Amino acid sequence: MVLLTRKIEFAASHLYNNPDFSPEENRRVFGKCNNPHGHGHNYTLEVTVAGEPDPITGMVLDLKDLKEILEREVMQRMDHRFLNFEVPELAGQIPTCENIARVIWQLLDPKIKQGKLHRVRLYETPDLFADCYRNGSEGTKA
Amino acid sequence: MAPGAQNSAVKTELGRRYHFAASHRLHNPALSEEENCRIYGKCNNPYGHGHNYTLEVLVSGKVDPATGMIANLADLDGFVEREVLEPFDHKSLNEDVAAFRATIPTTENLCIEIFRRLKPFSKAKLERVRVQETSNNSFEYAGDNPEGFEG
Repeated sequence: MVLLTRKIEFAASHLYNNPDFSPEENRRVFGKCNNPHGHGHNYTLEVTVAGEPDPITGMVLDLKDLKEILEREVMQRMDHRFLNFEVPELAGQIPTCENIARVIWQLLDPKIKQGKLHRVRLYETPDLFADCYRNGSEGTKA
Repeated sequence: MAPGAQNSAVKTELGRRYHFAASHRLHNPALSEEENCRIYGKCNNPYGHGHNYTLEVLVSGKVDPATGMIANLADLDGFVEREVLEPFDHKSLNEDVAAFRATIPTTENLCIEIFRRLKPFSKAKLERVRVQETSNNSFEYAGDNPEGFEG
């Protein structure tokens, strides 16, 4: 098995606020991320696909196809957007790195037909990231 | 399943990087001077030397729907600060950290010691730690759980 990783970057804004919490509780739990006007990040997304290289092309999947999937599913949805208000898949959720990574996994997984989605890693900053894997699957581990 | 819904088919981990600077000397008193020199090379310099270490901590758990978080970063940061950064940053690992009086502070052993210190974190499950000693070498430890590597 070979793992193939493609990286893209997008910029987006968000804020953390749970309407079930009081304003004080929101500030205590979410700190600066609770600023009502939001704030932004340059996100870096690494998408890893696992598979066997095709004997004819030598590829796990065509990077061009993966690039198009990432453009359509992630860039068009999230780049230069306010994640709380403009991304329906995140509606009603706090757009943390964990939740955004999971939404991206769920968007990409059905679209990747060659090889299998192995890992989604989303960096919110160089020092903070979330990873998603297929739970309990065998045979896709590195 | 609709995108965005909680999904047990997806395992999510939170990764956080921390930075500290420390010195060490690789030396085994049970070996001769020549052997130490041969095995550890420049790292055996009696006065020690230092690195800027990068520590990567990976934790897993259920994403709390109320907060969207596996663990609140303030809790994780506070714990790592207290257990690792405060005792290790700008210290001599050999002299200032009791665990390295009898253990050679290679980055392998540093990973194991950091994992031991962070394992009791109560807000999420520690999956593994990765320590980068320089930009060209890094080490990972997941305790006795091989599942802790890569999901």
